[in-house]
Amino acid sequence: MSKANESTIQKNIPLEYANEEGRVKIIGFWLFLAAEIVLFASLFAVYLVYLDRTADGPTAEEIFEIKGVVIQTFLLLISSFTSGLATHELRRRNTKGVVVWMIITLLLGVSFLGMEINEFITYVSEGVNISTSAFWSAFFVLVGTHGVHVTFGIIWISFILVQVAREGINTVTSRKLFIGGLYWHFLDVMWIFIFTAVYLIGMVL
Amino acid sequence: MRENIKFEEHHGFPWKQVIGFVLSIILTVAALWVVFSLSLTAKATIIVILALASAQLLVQLIMFMHLSEHEKAFQISALVYGGTVALIVVGGSVWLMNGM
Amino acid sequence: MNLSEIKDFLIGEFFVTGDPTIYAAQVMIALTTIGIIFTLTYLKKWKWLWREWLTTVDHKKIGIMYIIVAMLMLFRGGADALMIRTQLALPNMDFLEAQTYNEVFTTHGTIMLLFMAMPFLIGLINVAMPLQIGARDVAFPYLNALSFWLFFSGAMLFNLSFIIGGSPDAGWVNYPPLAGGNLSPGPEINYYLIGLQIAGIGTLTTGINFIATILKMRAPGMTLMRMPIFTWSSLITSIIILFAFPVLTIALALLTIDRLFGSHFFTVMGEGLPEMYVNLFWLWGHPEVYILILPAFGIFSEVISTFARKRLFGYKAMVYSMIIISLLSFVVWVHHFFTMGSEPAANSFFSISTMAIAIPTGVKIFNWLLTLYKGKIKFTTAHLWALGFMPNFVIGGATGVMLASAPADYQYHNSYFLISHFHYVLISGTVFSIFAGLHYWWPKMFGHKLNERLGKWAFWLFVVGFNVTFVPMYIVGLMGMTRRVYTYEEGLGWTTLNFIETLGAYAMGIAFAIIVYNIYYSARYGERDKTGDPWDGRTLEWSIPSPAPEYNFAHVPKVKGLDAFWIMKKENKTKKKEKEPYKPIHMPDDSGQPFMMSLFFFISGFGFVWEWMWMGILGLVGVGVIMILRTFDKDEGYHISSREIKRRERAAREDRIDE
Repeated sequence: MSKANESTIQKNIPLEYANEEGRVKIIGFWLFLAAEIVLFASLFAVYLVYLDRTADGPTAEEIFEIKGVVIQTFLLLISSFTSGLATHELRRRNTKGVVVWMIITLLLGVSFLGMEINEFITYVSEGVNISTSAFWSAFFVLVGTHGVHVTFGIIWISFILVQVAREGINTVTSRKLFIGGLYWHFLDVMWIFIFTAVYLIGMVL
Repeated sequence: MRENIKFEEHHGFPWKQVIGFVLSIILTVAALWVVFSLSLTAKATIIVILALASAQLLVQLIMFMHLSEHEKAFQISALVYGGTVALIVVGGSVWLMNGM
Repeated sequence: MNLSEIKDFLIGEFFVTGDPTIYAAQVMIALTTIGIIFTLTYLKKWKWLWREWLTTVDHKKIGIMYIIVAMLMLFRGGADALMIRTQLALPNMDFLEAQTYNEVFTTHGTIMLLFMAMPFLIGLINVAMPLQIGARDVAFPYLNALSFWLFFSGAMLFNLSFIIGGSPDAGWVNYPPLAGGNLSPGPEINYYLIGLQIAGIGTLTTGINFIATILKMRAPGMTLMRMPIFTWSSLITSIIILFAFPVLTIALALLTIDRLFGSHFFTVMGEGLPEMYVNLFWLWGHPEVYILILPAFGIFSEVISTFARKRLFGYKAMVYSMIIISLLSFVVWVHHFFTMGSEPAANSFFSISTMAIAIPTGVKIFNWLLTLYKGKIKFTTAHLWALGFMPNFVIGGATGVMLASAPADYQYHNSYFLISHFHYVLISGTVFSIFAGLHYWWPKMFGHKLNERLGKWAFWLFVVGFNVTFVPMYIVGLMGMTRRVYTYEEGLGWTTLNFIETLGAYAMGIAFAIIVYNIYYSARYGERDKTGDPWDGRTLEWSIPSPAPEYNFAHVPKVKGLDAFWIMKKENKTKKKEKEPYKPIHMPDDSGQPFMMSLFFFISGFGFVWEWMWMGILGLVGVGVIMILRTFDKDEGYHISSREIKRRERAAREDRIDE
């Protein structure tokens, strides 16, 4: 496939879609996200089946700390918003705006992770870990998998930002940042379901 | 370019992002309110909060993830397929395993 | 650790010891490895190996590598089969003891399904599909190479267990609690879990790659409904891969976490649910068998229409039936565990959905028959494999409908009746299609045909041997013989049937040897394909020279309808193209990163298999480093100049004229 010449790109097309390579890679990433939906669905399925399998040990209601989780939810939600602002700046071809909003996004992500690690440490100190019962195995692996994905995302987007800072906004950096943004929004959506199906349902049942 | 690609204008104030953000906050707060302030039955609560989560999913997809841009047929199909399989995996497993 | 402890570990646990047959196999493997290293060094071909094969991103070469590995795995899986059949030829044999027998049938199933059939089909799709759509490569060539090397890495890790640590022995399905940490401590099961996990990542990325390629890289004029039917089957298969493999990822991961970290997903302790593994495994496992059969259907459609010299009958119905099959394939999985204890409503639902899936398949059989009807039939080897498939697959499919009835399945489940059913559909479906596809596309891959006479001998011997092996299995299954038994008593009436089955298996083994000989013989004396179109084909892959040039198409074809090349030939358009001026072609860069990343995955996997966490993590760090290198890679590719293209096209043409 041949790359489009930068000078022949139409003015109103966002750079990430401007050439064939960008368009195909973005489709490829949506396909990957579709697969990730099924991956998380499998973890949710296990969690929901294991809801009451606590082996006479501690239950969710006894251990969950909702306040921290609510804060985490808002942190991630705001970070999704700031990531959207970064994409907006990307479309305006404003390198500084992109970098600023993305760094804020990553800082919010790091805070989210910090709180989550703290949450896990708290639960462990209260006597539940991955070996306590089937329920807690399911909890830690579902929420932990999300956390690992967030960690990977932070590292990955950091590397993209380095490239944006170095090379400015071109078809390649634009595409990478757009895809990084898609990944980040996806993780926020997954968190909404974790928040709902894990924590809120844990408080209800 | 032979495809009919539509893209959003991005030169002014990021209205879509702000509206999306505000809607997400409302939906999240609503879910918290339903769980902690209302006294619905467990079943009703679960249905309502899942509906709120699904609504937020749509908000994010449309407002943030530019789902309708570019090859929306492929993108939407991929998500619909994925979502359907996800429902089969979750629903099927819960149905089967709770009878074990 | 002192020296004597290390020695005890190495002899007692690390290296596999015991049976003389194991030593013999280990010696063979060592000699072969040394032989390969020696030959490469003597011929000074290391650089060539690295440059031409280990770093290639060319879909045609990647496809060939998949096929080479698959052939080797077919040998090992087949050897396993012969060992099983030898042990069962007569009652109370002690050719294999019980533990070894368990390892042999486990490796037989795992290798044949995941390391033979999958790579063979993915290899054929890699070779042919981009050519069929008029593309110059797949959407993501780097990812394609990575997919292959990840598969190779996972396969090698699994195979290594035979020499180091011990082969897994809990069946190809590997159910807990047997496969859990309590009842199977040690590295054996970890080899299965981690080998499959690594290879599975490769398959998932292949699925993404093929979907993006087919959706976005078709030649101008090729609408979806003008695609060759094999391309359609590749697309639908890839969609199934995309949505099924994540479930396997989770099933394997959760069992691994149980074993390595003491969680309680599938343990009885801690209120875990072993049945959940079965559920997740088959949520993947059933779509997997459709992944194995749909490309086969595609191959048969191409071969039958080519050698009946007739357009495929009911193209639209063939497409829709494959779509319906793919949708239904996600709602039948419980039929693999009717006897596990689901409520009657569940078993009933899945009985009906399972029976329903036979309908679109039946539609396809009729369409193939109607394609043959009034066609000008040529009995080439490829076509024989396709024709042989039809009656045999119908038998397999019909027994499938019998098994679909849940109450009846309480009798059939895990008997030899079941074994025969799935071998009937897998062998006559997938394996026959592999041989058909090999004969059909061999000239395009290598520039010469496989020998027809040897091919036909192999076909007849294989098909007869196949039926001799598996027809008695239906009977002995109905008589009550259960699967996975390492021996049986005399006086049950099973002996004669088992003995006959063993004879049939050896016949298949000899047929395989003939096929291997055919490959060697044809490389030396095979009829050269001088035109690029040895079969008077209908699809675009036959419009380019054989073997296919590096860039595939010098000119991007313009597609006017279904069976695009047939139309071009009818309109006599093939000559005109040569007069048009050539444009430079952009090619993707080769890369050593896929190979290196997979090597690090192997190292990491090996570490986790032995629960040496430091090695597991170190390997993953290596993977991360390669990923970082990749993100900063420019990877802009290079251009082949129009002059160079002209030169190569002319050379290919003159090559043909000179003969």
